[in-house]
Amino acid sequence: MLGFIARRLFYLVPVLLAVSLLTFLIASLLPGDLAYVILGDQATPEKVEALRQDLGLDQPIWWRYLGWLGHVLEGDFGRSFRTGQTVLEAVAERLPVSFELMLFAELMGLVIGVPIAIICAARSGGIFDRVMTGSAFAMLSVPTFLSAILLIYLFAVQLRWLPATGYVPFTEDPVGNLRFFVLPALTLALAEWPGIMRVLRSDMIATLQEDYIALAKAKGLKPSRILLVHALKPSSLTLVTITGINIGRLLGGTVIVETIFALPGIGRLLVGAIYTRDLIILQGVVLLVAGSFVMMNFIVDMLYAVLDPRIRHGHA
Amino acid sequence: MATLELTLEKDVGAEISRRARRLGPVFWSAVGWMVFVFAVAILAEVLPLPSPTDMDMLERRAPISALHWLGTDGLGRDELARLVYGARISLIVGLCAPVIGLTIGGALGMLSGYFRGRFETLVVGSMDVLLAFPPLILALAVTAYLGQSILNLTVILGVLGIPAFMRVARAATLTLARREFVIAAQALGATHARILLRELLPNVALPLLAFFLLGVAVTIVVEGALSFLGLGVPPPISSWGSMIGEGRESLDVAPRLAFIPATAMFLTVLSFNLVGDTLRALTDPRQGAL
Amino acid sequence: MSGQALLSVESVAVDLPTARGNLRAVDHVDLTLSAGRTLGIVGESGCGKTMLSRAILQLLPKKAKLSGRVMFDGRDLASCGADQLRKLRARSLAVVFQDPMTSLNPVLTIGTQLIETLQEHLDLDALAARKRTVDLLAAVGIPAPEQRLMQYPHQLSGGMRQRVAIAIALSCEPKLLIADEPTTALDVTIQAQILDLLAREQRRRHMAMILITHDLGVVAGRTDEVAVMYAGRVVERAPTQALFKKMHMPYTQALLSAIPKLDAAPHTRLPAISGRPPDPTRPINGCSFSPRCRYAIDRCRREKPPLADAETVDHKYACFHPLKLSAGIGT
Repeated sequence: MLGFIARRLFYLVPVLLAVSLLTFLIASLLPGDLAYVILGDQATPEKVEALRQDLGLDQPIWWRYLGWLGHVLEGDFGRSFRTGQTVLEAVAERLPVSFELMLFAELMGLVIGVPIAIICAARSGGIFDRVMTGSAFAMLSVPTFLSAILLIYLFAVQLRWLPATGYVPFTEDPVGNLRFFVLPALTLALAEWPGIMRVLRSDMIATLQEDYIALAKAKGLKPSRILLVHALKPSSLTLVTITGINIGRLLGGTVIVETIFALPGIGRLLVGAIYTRDLIILQGVVLLVAGSFVMMNFIVDMLYAVLDPRIRHGHA
Repeated sequence: MATLELTLEKDVGAEISRRARRLGPVFWSAVGWMVFVFAVAILAEVLPLPSPTDMDMLERRAPISALHWLGTDGLGRDELARLVYGARISLIVGLCAPVIGLTIGGALGMLSGYFRGRFETLVVGSMDVLLAFPPLILALAVTAYLGQSILNLTVILGVLGIPAFMRVARAATLTLARREFVIAAQALGATHARILLRELLPNVALPLLAFFLLGVAVTIVVEGALSFLGLGVPPPISSWGSMIGEGRESLDVAPRLAFIPATAMFLTVLSFNLVGDTLRALTDPRQGAL
Repeated sequence: MSGQALLSVESVAVDLPTARGNLRAVDHVDLTLSAGRTLGIVGESGCGKTMLSRAILQLLPKKAKLSGRVMFDGRDLASCGADQLRKLRARSLAVVFQDPMTSLNPVLTIGTQLIETLQEHLDLDALAARKRTVDLLAAVGIPAPEQRLMQYPHQLSGGMRQRVAIAIALSCEPKLLIADEPTTALDVTIQAQILDLLAREQRRRHMAMILITHDLGVVAGRTDEVAVMYAGRVVERAPTQALFKKMHMPYTQALLSAIPKLDAAPHTRLPAISGRPPDPTRPINGCSFSPRCRYAIDRCRREKPPLADAETVDHKYACFHPLKLSAGIGT
């Protein structure tokens, strides 16, 4: 077991290094000079040259990479030359917003998907089941930005119940904060619920064939109790596992939603950095996001290895 | 005395055609829509449509009329014409990008599944590195730095699809490379190239094709998302995504400007997903495996 | 003692649609049972005895079709509404399944699984329900019953689990208990204990009981009446003593001979019944047992023998070539 973990860790290091290298290269190999971009219309040949030397841009690329990597390993991800914030400060500021969005979205996905899955399993093969399964499939073909404008049109433009864009921190105004998150979280939830529904439905249908459900029926218990107490609990293992994974996976997927709904999260930070050519922020944040992705996959792999036999009960 | 009945495995071809007979009206409607969109996009010039770039400032956001069958957009351009030409762009990117993933990813997958060893580890590792990056960010970064053009967009979306195709090809190859017909070919002294091309490729091609269709669906969506944000196809070229993005401005007065291309995109993506999913169920050499 | 029959199964048939055609699991079975009496149903695996029990309990799979009437306490269970049926359960009809490892919910405590039945049907408050549960567990012979309440099924031995299942079945004082192969999944040493427990509780509560098993030895001495099933039909039915004293159907005799006897010489060959039970999707003309019966004559293969009376009207059998000799267990 330890050998297995050690081998996977061993594999992890070169992957992380490669990720950092690729990030650096993307940020560095651009047409147009960084110094020119920074100085903008104040650029004169002398200033450009001075800035280039200052930023170390005249050094060979591998040297710059190693220098940057060295700083990163010490915890110094650099400082934005636009805003003056360090990368870590910027991330710390934005991460809670993205996190709140991800959590809220997954929660909504569960609120939608779990009841539907239970009803579908209870009446499997019936009309509701077939309609819902079809809808789940169709939902997977609706891009996030489509759901977003549909929701905006319905709730912000037509009904005027909810705001289309904006953000206020939770600490300032909890209710207002939540109001701003409803539509963005719902947009993401519409993409999450099909997966949740499918997994739970499949597991519950299998559980409902078990002998102990037959005995529960023979005991004359109410159907709702049989479904919610006897059947739901043993069927939840897979769902619980993938919910955790889903939340992590949403990390990269909030870009569109944050941009459309103007939420100051990590996604928007990145898009902004691309627009303003703020390379330091770009490098740092991409490395953090990609790095955590790799770490997360690693943890998930470990988890699956531990839980392996029990996860293997049949589901499509 | 009771006798045991042995049912022999029918050959794969017969099995596939038997399952194919169960394809319902939903499947064929999806195919029909796909054909329709293709035809319309290819025949765009031949169709009696006004030019999609002619702006008529006096007729901005005009409602549906005999002159403009779907009305006009915010700059007075004919919406139907834009829809048709937009289909063309969405389909070009949607089809060409996965081709890159299919060829390169498919080749890498087959080779790594066949030869195994360190080559395989290297390939799988590189794919893992590529997969670590949130794809949208990568696409944004590349197009922002290299400039927006259809070519750049297609290339980066294609490259982003390589790991997925690699996985499918590799999985299929791993399953098939152990089967008797491969070992038989090796025993007969066939070269690696011959085995790969004559024995494995035809069998791997089917699941890859199914996955290709799913890839088209995904690419249309991603391109749509990028164009929606103005970061995909360069203006004034417009795809469905950019039309939706522009339509967003007019949600309160003319919602159809956003929802007509949205519906077209949804139906197209759904059709590709349906057909791809059905084909995948039919042709997966490993029954029901992920 | 016996009066109006509590349970009356009238021409019940169960059909299951399968990929290979219609499967007739139960083929027009008639049975009656009075309060306080025990009926044993004996047969090989696949003879339809489990399907029959599910038909009586109205717990058939969704695709199954039931015909005939199941009269319980004057009511036809097959035409009862779902809610009516639910209220009858536990209070009138109870069941013990074969394998307590799968019939008890693995993620709920023993206490929960007992208390919920009591609260559903007897309207007891939590404290009263708990007390009653403890009493029940003690009555079925489980030591340290209070501690068991918080335990899960997998923490108990097989015999203990079956006792819990029996406690659940008895908790609301049912009028009829169906025990479907209650000891098959248990160690031989525990089997007698469980069967004795069932018999004792049945006598004490004056409960009607149906004991389903594939082992003729189990029903001897523990039942008032025995029905032997083969290929979905009842082929012989008699009061227990009468059956063992004089069997008519060759199949019954074959079943009896297949039981190992304590007083037989060591290494005595057990006469197994040759052949296999028929494929229920392909019903044959004539007696279903004829391919395996050594007394079979032409008529057996052409016509299906009806259930006819023997010497007494209580004793019925379905055979054209019944045994002339009496084959009984030695006393």
